[in-house]
Amino acid sequence: MKVVNRDNQLDNYLWILPALAMFLVFTVYPFYKVLQLSFVEWDGITPHVKFVGFKNYINILFHNKIWWVSVLHAGFITLFALTVQNFFALMLAVLVDRGVRFGNFYRLCYFLPPMLSGIVVGIMWNLVLNADGLLNFLLNKIGIHSKIAWLAEPKTALLSVAVIHIWKGFGWAFVIFLAGLQSIPRELYEAADIDGATYKQKFYYVTLPLLVPVLVLVSILTVLGTMQIYDIIVTTTGGGPGYHTEVPFTQIITRMTGTSQFGYACAMGLIFGIILLVVSMAQLLVSTIKNKYQV
Amino acid sequence: MNKKGLLIILCLCLFNFSCRKIEDKNKIVVWHWMSDKEEVFEQLAKKYYEQTGTEVVFQLFAPSEAYSQKVKTAAQTKSLPDIFGILGDKRDFASFVKSGYVLNLTEYMNANNKEWLKRFFPQAIAVNQFLKDNEFNAPEGIYGVPIDVTTAQILYNKDLLSRVGINEKNLPKTFDEFIELGRKLKEKGIPGFVSGWGEIWLISTFAQSYAFNIMGFEKVMDTFKGKVSYTDPDWIKVFKIFEEMKKVDLFVPGTITMINKVAEQIFATNKAAFAFNGSWCINVYRQFNPNLNYGVLPMPKVNFKNSIPVWGGPGNSFFINANSKNKDKCVDFLKWLTEEEQQKFLAENTGNIPANKSCLKYIPAISKSFVKDLLNNNTFHPNTLPVSELPEVYLAFGKAIQSIITGEKTAEQAAQEVQEAKKREMNRLK
Repeated sequence: MKVVNRDNQLDNYLWILPALAMFLVFTVYPFYKVLQLSFVEWDGITPHVKFVGFKNYINILFHNKIWWVSVLHAGFITLFALTVQNFFALMLAVLVDRGVRFGNFYRLCYFLPPMLSGIVVGIMWNLVLNADGLLNFLLNKIGIHSKIAWLAEPKTALLSVAVIHIWKGFGWAFVIFLAGLQSIPRELYEAADIDGATYKQKFYYVTLPLLVPVLVLVSILTVLGTMQIYDIIVTTTGGGPGYHTEVPFTQIITRMTGTSQFGYACAMGLIFGIILLVVSMAQLLVSTIKNKYQV
Repeated sequence: MNKKGLLIILCLCLFNFSCRKIEDKNKIVVWHWMSDKEEVFEQLAKKYYEQTGTEVVFQLFAPSEAYSQKVKTAAQTKSLPDIFGILGDKRDFASFVKSGYVLNLTEYMNANNKEWLKRFFPQAIAVNQFLKDNEFNAPEGIYGVPIDVTTAQILYNKDLLSRVGINEKNLPKTFDEFIELGRKLKEKGIPGFVSGWGEIWLISTFAQSYAFNIMGFEKVMDTFKGKVSYTDPDWIKVFKIFEEMKKVDLFVPGTITMINKVAEQIFATNKAAFAFNGSWCINVYRQFNPNLNYGVLPMPKVNFKNSIPVWGGPGNSFFINANSKNKDKCVDFLKWLTEEEQQKFLAENTGNIPANKSCLKYIPAISKSFVKDLLNNNTFHPNTLPVSELPEVYLAFGKAIQSIITGEKTAEQAAQEVQEAKKREMNRLK
């Protein structure tokens, strides 16, 4: 009997072996390698590396102002996405869930931008936001004379990038919210109707509480997706003007491919990973506390 | 049975992964990033096969950032192809050489009374060469084969300038005249100057030309060595150039975050009087607007005591893998590729200026205007300077100029910012 069990166990291990091997090769090993490289000075070419201990980390954390500015920029875009993007996505999802006319058409329209590559979106928005672009054309049509190159002005560049990002990411949030809304049992709304609840009351006391797990999911995905913004920046501003649209990913890539500081870039990547982990954990914690409070 | 089957499959997989690729002795693999030359390279490879029986496989990896990363990764895993290009600064190039990845071509170049070497512009060779006791401690020698050359110049739109009474005979010669012309253009509502200054290297290149003009070669080198501060009055003058250009509203809106492709389109469609661009633009402009009427404006000087060198040297170069089994075949192929006939073919089909000097007779007049400075030895290239600026400082330099153009910083503040970056980097590298 024991022999049969061991045999079964071996079978099980064999079946998970390919997945385990893939995980080890493509996740664990690269992570270990990044960790290892973050403690060295290396240009990514020579076989020789120089161990520098925590020097890269100390430099990033205490002497690299631009790094923290870039984290703040990503934070600003994330905050914008968390509030504006998710608010509108939720509102529109509620409308479509209520069976508004042409609901399927809206679903398609809202989901088109996320399907496009960031590069395409960036190039397209360049045409909208440059000095002779569509936005200035429309503003001039309504009597507001504008010759602003929105992506090249220090005061508008970051906000413009945030708007482009929201336009692209809006569809994801919309679809997830819609799926969440459709999973709420209709009987609850019927019961609320019988109790004489208004639409606002139904939204606050039925929809929102049941949507908390979806809200948490969307928030985490928004934070993770937005903090890692890169392609749109590269095609619209390149991190400029000056450092006004630098984000952590542009900093990491510049160190890796531009100035050949592989070790430094790896340390930046790890610090950034920890920041993302902390933010995501905080979000999860807040939602758990909120759920307990509601119970 | 299931277990045995699974084990056999796993073993086969492992065996397959561990098998090394068998190298074909009659085949040369070339990696490059030049998407505009892909078709021309294919045609040349076909011709070479017909002539020699050696198959040349050009493999394109674009964009250039992805290519650059691929080559570095291949170097680490010792899987570089027979011939490849290196993108990056001289530091990267030196690392490739010091690691033994690149074949030293000095002997081949010097053979037969330097027959191969004599084909090229000296500046194009200099970029691919390490002199004795160089700052990177790379072994002395010539390591790359240039296939074309380039310079960056200020270009002007003849039709737009004629509206303010400027023609080839009365072009601005001094920087003050250039600024005055910018003022006139503004009054007439003609958009002024465009360039892809979202790309840091292009903005820094422009500024460095003026740095050489204002303070001379030695002082620029001393700055790179850390002996002269960026807050020196001469460097302030360099930064002031951009302040002056900003004051007369010379820049087309968006220039500082613009990628060069967009800037090229703007100039080609008569939406800017001036552009700053490399000689590759000839082909680009021709594609956008074959009737574009433009010329090269020699960079207007600030200081007449010094020359004003323009950025220039090789456009693209190829390197041979020192560990390739087909080294001699690779040398033969690159010799063939840089012969007059192939260089003429490349020049005619890509619009680039050939690296082979004897082909100059085939290039159009506008290309000749770009080559003039190469022939007069009035060029510089960061990779041929005896001292290189630290990459982080180079980046901060470009960003600081962007801040001047946006009006956020004065020349003095920008200079201070660059000097701080210099100090920080020097401390970091101590």
